[in-house]
Amino acid sequence: MAKFKGAIVVDTEKCKGCGLCVVACPTKVIELARDVNGKGYHYAHMANPEACIGCSSCGLVCPDTVITVYRVKAS
Amino acid sequence: MTATTEINKIISKENMVYGKTSVLLDNEMHYCPGCTHGVIHKVIAEVIDEMGIQDKTIGISPVGCSVLAYNYLDIDWQQAAHGRAPALATATSRLMPEKYVFTYQGDGDLASIGCAEIIHACNRGENIVVFFVNNAIYGMTGGQMAPTTLEGQVTATTPYGRDCAVTGFPMKITEMIAMLPGTRFVTRQSAETPGAVRKLKKVVQKAFENTREKKGLSFIEIVSTCSSGWKLSPVKSNEWMKENMFPYYPLGTLKDE
Repeated sequence: MAKFKGAIVVDTEKCKGCGLCVVACPTKVIELARDVNGKGYHYAHMANPEACIGCSSCGLVCPDTVITVYRVKAS
Repeated sequence: MTATTEINKIISKENMVYGKTSVLLDNEMHYCPGCTHGVIHKVIAEVIDEMGIQDKTIGISPVGCSVLAYNYLDIDWQQAAHGRAPALATATSRLMPEKYVFTYQGDGDLASIGCAEIIHACNRGENIVVFFVNNAIYGMTGGQMAPTTLEGQVTATTPYGRDCAVTGFPMKITEMIAMLPGTRFVTRQSAETPGAVRKLKKVVQKAFENTREKKGLSFIEIVSTCSSGWKLSPVKSNEWMKENMFPYYPLGTLKDE
């Protein structure tokens, strides 16, 4: 059981779907959505939210700074 | 408790561990998906925010993709003629020595047309920070060969791969700069993994601290990708960079005095 639980919020309209966060995520939480945003990009979203540990790896590598990371200690 | 309500509980202001800094403006970046410029802008903005020097920093933007950097960072900017950012930074830092002056240049700007400017600015040891974004190609104009293009690399102007017998060899600018006695801190970094981004942030902070202590010129090369110019996906570009660019442009600090 992970010590921390995390969650991310993606600004989907600004996301360009580069997929760098998908590769950077150590727990394979993020996937590109099947839907597209207003610009036609497959935006990133939490496909597997239970696994998120709030490590901020996705936020660090995101070139458009669209990811906000939240983290709490697991109870 | 369902998964959604649990997530909604986590998402609150006091639990935020990573988000956009206020130095970065809300404007949407014009860069292609996965462009390293975005990461570097973000790192510079975060360091400026953490050091509390937003009102004392002046950036000099180049000609190239990053010419519009003034739309994204909420600091003072000047825009230089092609390759002349170090000259403008020299004047700015000499007239306003209390400011933090940095230039932000690509490889077409710094290594090609601005080669003389940067070498002399480094030789004079101006109290500035230079960001050199090396992606081995001219990104903005459509992927032509740059001085830093690798041997055999296919670009718009070298469709059969760069032939060093005709076009010369890829220039190792950072090694050249490190030899000059005027420079204090010369390093080569990348920004493709979370670890690399953290390292880059430390280096950027050190460079701005050097400016504060009036130590002289700090030169940071960032080995970057150009997914549009290289005609690869952003993830594949990172792999290509690791495979081909890192052996020729090895990462690490070359000089730290």
